[in-house]
Amino acid sequence: MVREVFKKPTKWSIMKSLILKEIDELIYGSMGIVIFISIFMGGVVAIQTALNLTNPFIPKDLIGFATRQSVILEFAPTFTSIIMAGKVGSYITSSIGTMRVTEQIDALEVMGVNSLNYLVFPKIIAMFLYPFVVAIAMYLGIFGGLIANILGNHSTSTEFIQGIQLDFIPFHVTYSFIKSVVFAFIIATVPSFHGYYMKGGALDVGKASTTSFVWTSVVIIITNFVLTQLLLG
Amino acid sequence: MIEVENLHKSFGDAHVLKGITTSFEKGKTNLIIGQSGSGKTVFMKCLLGLVVPDEGTISYDGRMFSKLSGREKRDLRQDMGMVFQGSALFDSMTVEENVMFPMDMFTQQSRSEMEDRVNIVLKRVNLIDAHKKYPAEISGGMQKRVAIARAIVMNPKYLFCDEPNSGLDPKTAILIDNLINEITKEFDIITVINSHDMNSVMEIGEKIIFLQHGIKEWEGTKDEIFKTDNKAVTNFVYSSELFKKVRQMYIEERN
Repeated sequence: MVREVFKKPTKWSIMKSLILKEIDELIYGSMGIVIFISIFMGGVVAIQTALNLTNPFIPKDLIGFATRQSVILEFAPTFTSIIMAGKVGSYITSSIGTMRVTEQIDALEVMGVNSLNYLVFPKIIAMFLYPFVVAIAMYLGIFGGLIANILGNHSTSTEFIQGIQLDFIPFHVTYSFIKSVVFAFIIATVPSFHGYYMKGGALDVGKASTTSFVWTSVVIIITNFVLTQLLLG
Repeated sequence: MIEVENLHKSFGDAHVLKGITTSFEKGKTNLIIGQSGSGKTVFMKCLLGLVVPDEGTISYDGRMFSKLSGREKRDLRQDMGMVFQGSALFDSMTVEENVMFPMDMFTQQSRSEMEDRVNIVLKRVNLIDAHKKYPAEISGGMQKRVAIARAIVMNPKYLFCDEPNSGLDPKTAILIDNLINEITKEFDIITVINSHDMNSVMEIGEKIIFLQHGIKEWEGTKDEIFKTDNKAVTNFVYSSELFKKVRQMYIEERN
């Protein structure tokens, strides 16, 4: 499968338009849910950290610090990827699966089009913009934490911002982006595999979407563990 | 000419095609008939190169499919047009974009040249006002005509149709049959049709191949099918009372 996907496209001009269409569908189309989830996710992390700081000897800037660390290291790259596995992954599986069921993939093959390259390659390339989505999720997650902190009157905004700046290790952002690139590849390929090689009818498209979400999540979580061990361990 | 020699195909324990040998000539409408599960679809998929046979050869005007390189196979496929059972139109594209797709993919023609060609083929299949509509917005008969237009837009040498009449009313089915037959003559191409429809057999079947349990049970013309004594063919073709009467009348007329 992978070899066919990365073969030279039949026509680059068509491939370019397909890539732009997929960027619009997979990346731009996911921004709303990512923005919404990130703000609330950061807010919840800040509230939970604040509520657990019962000891007066622990400085209040720990709320900002914990929010930053949680969002950058885990929530923005991994939690967002699981959401994307559900939103983007099921879209990929169902769209390719429907094309399989309705013989549109056979039609491409009969015409002499490399269907794997035509359908999957633009999705992989589009998903390479996923780190930008993660960057936005990081920023908005921390921003959500700040808002929740102020609204809940847990600490001052100065204390929160001091916490954000405390012991900042730039490699943590790099680690997060490395993870997001790997997750992007998983989100594009695992659902494509389930859609492309599915058999059966309309009901099986739904089943394939569910199976693809489960497997994409499993692969993301295992890869997350391995990458964390390799990069931070 | 398409020549098929001793074609075998199995899926696990199921031996679907058992040594089929036949040929399809230029300018003729060839029909493959048989009950469900007789191997018609697998046979057609082998002809299209979508299923790789276990044994046997298929050659297109002397080009043996199994011996072609990947590039040569893709080139050969550009000489093929296929009308799928469910039309297989691309949902996300309009009628015009669907028909234009093969040209857009494989030629360097300008947009206006492609539009001109699309207009010609859509006019040929009697579809004039549907250019900007999506497949979901047109009827089943219109979808079939768009599929035929897409199949002939690149001037193919070989046209394959899988159950082109399925799901259509009798009048539209005859229109589609006649359209395919006219195109075969007009462009002097080899047309192979998979069909259950006995009206198609009687109307346009210049060469008919009857498959049963993966074996070529009978081969002949539409005139010969009236006279054949082959029990399997007569049981299948004349299973309805109407066709039994038609056959009886034909034999009486001949006598």
